[in-house]
Amino acid sequence: MSAGTQGGGAGSRGRPVGVWEACALIVRRELCLSFRRPDQLLQPLVFFLIVTTLFPLGLSLQLSLLRDMAPGVLWVAALLSSLLSLDSLFKSDADDGTLEQLALSGQGLMVIVVAKTLAHWLVTGAALVLVSPLVGMALGIPTGAFAIMMVSLGLGTVTLSWLGAIGAGLTVGLKRGNVLLSLIVLPLAMPLLIFGAGATDRAISGASVAGALYFLAALCVFTCTLAPFAATVALRINLE
Amino acid sequence: MWTWFYKLASPPHVYGVAAAFTPWFLGLAAIALGYGVVDGLAFAPADYQQGDAFRIIYVHVPSAWMSEFVYTTMAIAGAIALIWRIKLGHAVAAACAPIGASFTVLALVTGSLWGRPMWGTYWAWDPRLTSELILLFLYVGVMSLRSAFEDAARGDRAAALLSIVGVVNVPIIHFSVVWWNSLHQGATVAKFGKPSMDLSMLWPLLSMFLGFMLFFGAVLCMRLQAEVLNRERQAKWVREAMHS
Amino acid sequence: MKTATQGLCVEEVHVWCGDRHVLKGVSLDLDVGELLHVSGPNGAGKTTLLRVVSGLLRPEQGAVSWFGRSISSVRGEYQAQLAYASHEPALKGDLTALENLRFAVGLKRRVTAAELGSSLERTGVAACADLPARVLSAGQRRRVAMARVLAMRASLWLLDEPFTNLDAAGSDLMTALLLAHVHEGGCALVVAHHDLTLGCTMRRLELAA
Repeated sequence: MSAGTQGGGAGSRGRPVGVWEACALIVRRELCLSFRRPDQLLQPLVFFLIVTTLFPLGLSLQLSLLRDMAPGVLWVAALLSSLLSLDSLFKSDADDGTLEQLALSGQGLMVIVVAKTLAHWLVTGAALVLVSPLVGMALGIPTGAFAIMMVSLGLGTVTLSWLGAIGAGLTVGLKRGNVLLSLIVLPLAMPLLIFGAGATDRAISGASVAGALYFLAALCVFTCTLAPFAATVALRINLE
Repeated sequence: MWTWFYKLASPPHVYGVAAAFTPWFLGLAAIALGYGVVDGLAFAPADYQQGDAFRIIYVHVPSAWMSEFVYTTMAIAGAIALIWRIKLGHAVAAACAPIGASFTVLALVTGSLWGRPMWGTYWAWDPRLTSELILLFLYVGVMSLRSAFEDAARGDRAAALLSIVGVVNVPIIHFSVVWWNSLHQGATVAKFGKPSMDLSMLWPLLSMFLGFMLFFGAVLCMRLQAEVLNRERQAKWVREAMHS
Repeated sequence: MKTATQGLCVEEVHVWCGDRHVLKGVSLDLDVGELLHVSGPNGAGKTTLLRVVSGLLRPEQGAVSWFGRSISSVRGEYQAQLAYASHEPALKGDLTALENLRFAVGLKRRVTAAELGSSLERTGVAACADLPARVLSAGQRRRVAMARVLAMRASLWLLDEPFTNLDAAGSDLMTALLLAHVHEGGCALVVAHHDLTLGCTMRRLELAA
């Protein structure tokens, strides 16, 4: 056999698949899988609504009091709802063996991690951002603050998806990993909560939101830059 | 040169070194802590604002500092183990975690006790104590993650990665908690140019810092010996050491 | 004289799983156009060996090289040229057979639906193309997994118990596919706990527990 066969029929395999194409294909796969189970898609959103209902029920009907607490309640509910669906980020693929197939696709684990996390955000985080005006209204947040609220939630959910990806990568092999996942991710997400709720609060009271939003954006960029490496290493640790 | 380093990190060598250092660390720690406690409790002047209540600073501040130092040590040891695959790093990280968590709990308890005369309540969500609480959660996360794995090697690596992610987040958490609240007094030590404390108050505090550090060294050596023995329990040198 | 730079070369691989020494200094050579049958009792490390060769598992000692280059240095390229079929068929239950193939093979090379359809035909499950994988029988899933291996057009096949759940016709089909692959210049590492008679020269590596 000549050394030309080292490619092993690369000619017959056609042009190799580029990174962006592979990423798009994996995102499409994830979206396809998510939409095949619409009930599972809606569960985090319903949880979001339920948790925000708990607070007025448990505390007070006074609208003024609710409005004071609204940013915090909104953010805590968004955090907890995002966490719910994070457990299955890698676990469902790990359980039926398709994660290994993805890992052996020749595209590298990082592309897979980025694509899956992006798809997860599109399905969970983006949905939460879109539903938030409803919840904001229920909690008495004035409509003028909605824009800032949605921007801060958007940045926050992206960061949270990445922190969750690290946690999901670390706990993918564990049988009852979802509580441990929350235990790991929530302390790391506390700065998010502080600045996100802070930004929304300042938007309501009319103070300058620039500081909080800039820091939230900085956190988002920082996490988006470093978290893919951490999540890939975490997944590799569990794949080996 | 690398072979010398790997020999240095070989388990029987580490076990011997740790065993040798422990009594020295303990002795020196006893001296430093003894001086610090006696001078701080008995001889340093009372603070003009807080009276004698401030004396808990001699335990609270060093333990808070140690909790962060130990977390950083744990993260660095984990990073060394992950990147260069030196198993000693995992043993050090595993030994450090409970010690650091204990320092954190001590800082929280003493801080809370200090809060009672200062703010009238045991817990007031001030930024320093809140950061300590979040640090405790990070410690618990690392320890839980390590013990959740059946395969100990995988658990070590996962815990190492988590502690690295945590150590990067600690400054961010500090900054955000301070932004969120500003009740606690500013840092009184670690500025050797102009300490905002009187020198006679500062000496016992520095001595306590040194004492805590030495105490950590002693306990780390003791735990490290146990960790090394446990991890290397199949090796020949362990069986020989046990029989002798 | 076979040189080590032709094909797959595994040298003195040691793997520990906790305290258990799973692979104890395993070595093998696989040239293109060859088939190696890995056999041994349960727990001997056959699946572990496959995972080491595929690059999923990094051995504590030893090295794996493909055409003279260590696989850890050319991981992406190497994995693009191999097809791994694990013990489970590894299909997403909610996706149809065709979609499963498209999303798996589409990451390695550009494929058309027609090509994937013909792969499914070759393994005899063309009728299942639009059925979700969860309604397929175990044998049908195994055939779909085999179609995926075919569609990848890989040089190196790593198959873990490929004859599981296959009836007599399926086993004959699998044998024919393996022979065709080897004759076309590919190579294959097949893990099977039973004896294989394939009608071609086949080497055998027996792993001890």
